[in-house]
Amino acid sequence: MTALLSVQNVGKRFGGFVALDDISLDVQAGERLGLIGPNGSGKSTLVNCICGTLQNERGSVHFDGHAMNGLAAHERTHRGLSRSFQLPRPFPSLTLADNLCIPMLYTVHKRTGTPLHADDIGARCGELLRMVGLDNKAKHLPRDLTQVEMRKLELARAMAAEPKLLIADEAMAGLSHSEIEDILALLLRLNESGITVIMIEHIMTAVMSFSQRLAVLVSGKKIADGKPEDVVRNPDVVKAYLGE
Amino acid sequence: MDFPFDLLINAIIAGLLLGGFYAAVTAGISISFGMLDIVNIAHPAFIILGSYIAYFFNINYHVDPILTCLLLSPVFYLFGTGIYQVYYLSFEKRGQQSLRGLAFFFGVLFVTEVLLLLVFGVDYRYVQTSYIGPSLHYGIVDLPLRMLIPCAGSLLLFAGLQLFIGRTFTGRAVLAVSQDQLALRLMAADPIRIKRIAFGISIAVAAMAGAFLIIIQPVEPSVGREYIGRVFAICVLGGMGSMPGTLIAAMLLGVVESITATFYGPSWAPAVSFGFLLLTLAFRPSGLLGR
Amino acid sequence: MPLFTGIAIVVALAIFAVLRVPNIEYLFVAGYTIVQYIVLATAWNILGGYCGYVNFGSAAFFALGAYSTVALATFGNQIDDLVPESMAPFFHLIFPLPIPILIVFGGIVSGIVGFGTGYLTLRLRGAFFAIATLALSVVLATLVVNWDFVGGSGGAYVVRPGEFPGLGSYMQYLFLLMLGLAVFSVVIARWIERSRLGFGFAAIRDDELAAEASGVPTLRLKLIATTLSGALMGMAGAPFPYYIGYLAPASAFGLEYAVNSIAMPLIGGTTSWIGPVIGTILLGTLQQVTTVTISSAVNVLLVGVLLIAFVIIAPNGIVGLVQDRLHARRRK
Repeated sequence: MTALLSVQNVGKRFGGFVALDDISLDVQAGERLGLIGPNGSGKSTLVNCICGTLQNERGSVHFDGHAMNGLAAHERTHRGLSRSFQLPRPFPSLTLADNLCIPMLYTVHKRTGTPLHADDIGARCGELLRMVGLDNKAKHLPRDLTQVEMRKLELARAMAAEPKLLIADEAMAGLSHSEIEDILALLLRLNESGITVIMIEHIMTAVMSFSQRLAVLVSGKKIADGKPEDVVRNPDVVKAYLGE
Repeated sequence: MDFPFDLLINAIIAGLLLGGFYAAVTAGISISFGMLDIVNIAHPAFIILGSYIAYFFNINYHVDPILTCLLLSPVFYLFGTGIYQVYYLSFEKRGQQSLRGLAFFFGVLFVTEVLLLLVFGVDYRYVQTSYIGPSLHYGIVDLPLRMLIPCAGSLLLFAGLQLFIGRTFTGRAVLAVSQDQLALRLMAADPIRIKRIAFGISIAVAAMAGAFLIIIQPVEPSVGREYIGRVFAICVLGGMGSMPGTLIAAMLLGVVESITATFYGPSWAPAVSFGFLLLTLAFRPSGLLGR
Repeated sequence: MPLFTGIAIVVALAIFAVLRVPNIEYLFVAGYTIVQYIVLATAWNILGGYCGYVNFGSAAFFALGAYSTVALATFGNQIDDLVPESMAPFFHLIFPLPIPILIVFGGIVSGIVGFGTGYLTLRLRGAFFAIATLALSVVLATLVVNWDFVGGSGGAYVVRPGEFPGLGSYMQYLFLLMLGLAVFSVVIARWIERSRLGFGFAAIRDDELAAEASGVPTLRLKLIATTLSGALMGMAGAPFPYYIGYLAPASAFGLEYAVNSIAMPLIGGTTSWIGPVIGTILLGTLQQVTTVTISSAVNVLLVGVLLIAFVIIAPNGIVGLVQDRLHARRRK
């Protein structure tokens, strides 16, 4: 069975600095993949290359049977790839509801062929805001939100694009225990409805309970890829996190 | 037809001398735009300001223009730090630097030009020094002193800046701030302070270039506008903040402009630099030396 | 939207009718300038305020419109020299072209140049686009100064007919046309604001990277904005040679076009169609007053100072100040 997302030998450098070195990774449809690694290991760069925010110099990315190399980020989003940003990037001059409108107007609307009705969009926005617990602030601006609420908005906006594959980049940083549970439940629910999820996290409990498979990135290289319980016992992984 | 080699050679020489001067003019922008990412399109206004201040002291007190700007460079430096402070508080801090910051500097450019117009009028102003007029002659080659001395001064200035950036802690901090502000903070250097210093330097350098300018040619308030294109063309062509690149690009532009002016007439000269700029932006925005 | 268009047309016609009462030519001359700036400011704002991309070259697009008119007028005068004899009668029939056609031509020429500039530079950061527009202004000015067909550095004369049948002085006709163009541009601006396109523009302005990631085709939208903005400016420039009679490159490419088309939206407010209108009326009237009472240099200084002041103190302009007041009241 061909993988939904197939990253093959992807390489990316910034000047003399090698950020990604020959990364290969397959994600099957419906899978829950966890991606972990120390800070600076290249996780976000990999996400950027998969989603088109950056273009990889080497290797290729295939999604849903199509080659992604050379495609702009917005085209990849149209095909069903969506991501949340590690540092939230809301649209500051738009209300929360309008923030969610953007992906709906430009991705979902375009995809379905028949344009969405204004009421339809409003309803879907409300639904999403409810899912992340922000529906009471629908008419507010992002500057009125707390850090935590901005992360939820970030995730909601990624979800608004109705993706086939969602990459959640450190969506849980700074959240309380119960909030982490909420996000986990949300992501699980999304996965149950058919969305493939790649979770990038530092919070090990969340990653372990969520992931069916775990991949580890260290200094731009993938050093492990397999069942979570096996990966955490991998001596290379232990060394990367705890040192010699 | 006899190809006018002596004309060509003198055009090239003049272009190289001019290029040296252009390098000094651009050095300031290399710092503010190439390294600090501040689109100070008012930079030429500060150059012209320097020219007029040099003119003022030359006409009234017979002080050499280069000396004037050298002695006044601390003043210009402080002026620059003041402007950066306003820019930082109003725009960078609020995260609105793109639109508003550009509009701000555009307003500054404009206001400076009009103030100079109101104070000094539209007439061309020029300075009087012992080295404006005489030229050195080597065979068919003419080296007008009024171009040679500013060029030499510019190259000295340029070398000085290069040393500063490469050798001093502050200088290297400026380079660092353009690459990684967080790392700089972790090294207990305040990036805002570093930027302020760098911007102050870029303005002081601009004023110095103004002194050179008024030796090379008479100035009037709108002369600054021609330099906007030149300065940004050289900065982009030279690779945004690379000092050696800036020098090479400046020389190249100087020579092309000079040849164009000699063989096609001076009215085409502004198009050369701005055309260069457009072409560079369209086809090779990372500059000649690339990054 | 149709209601808004209707009201706008009615307001414009009312203004025209009111100005006809005293029937002082100067009112139409001054009024033309202000209404022209409404078009320029609105056009600038579509790219600058809605999309976040600063254009320093408003003068270039404006002048392109003016010079396409001059070129066509000159062509019209030289038909017999330039066109084969068999086709000459046809050309004599359609020339001199009526101004509305010239406006369309001006729009097309400027639109194409806007598209071209955008295509070359919009893949880079906004700052590079801004600098490129500045460069464009100078390059075009140099080309025009060296092209004798449109008069070169000496300038070009365009004879303005004395009267327009049914209306009175030709100036009133020009004013009416420009008024119509102003209504047109304001209606377009408002339509954009409320449309899917407007949301896309706002997303690009707020955070281009996030907009891309959300599926907004940023390059395509930016090109639309640049082309539209350029075209409108060109349309504003097309009647200018008839207005001024003698077109010199210095006046067509004057820096005051660049400064005003930036200052007026920034002072009025960039987030809504009404900002450029408010900014233009305030600043435009102020300038007319200072030019007449003090001097034109001081007038230009004033614009620069106000621009700097507003950009620092009230970054969202007058409209922004009003909106903040309302937002604060709503929150309580």
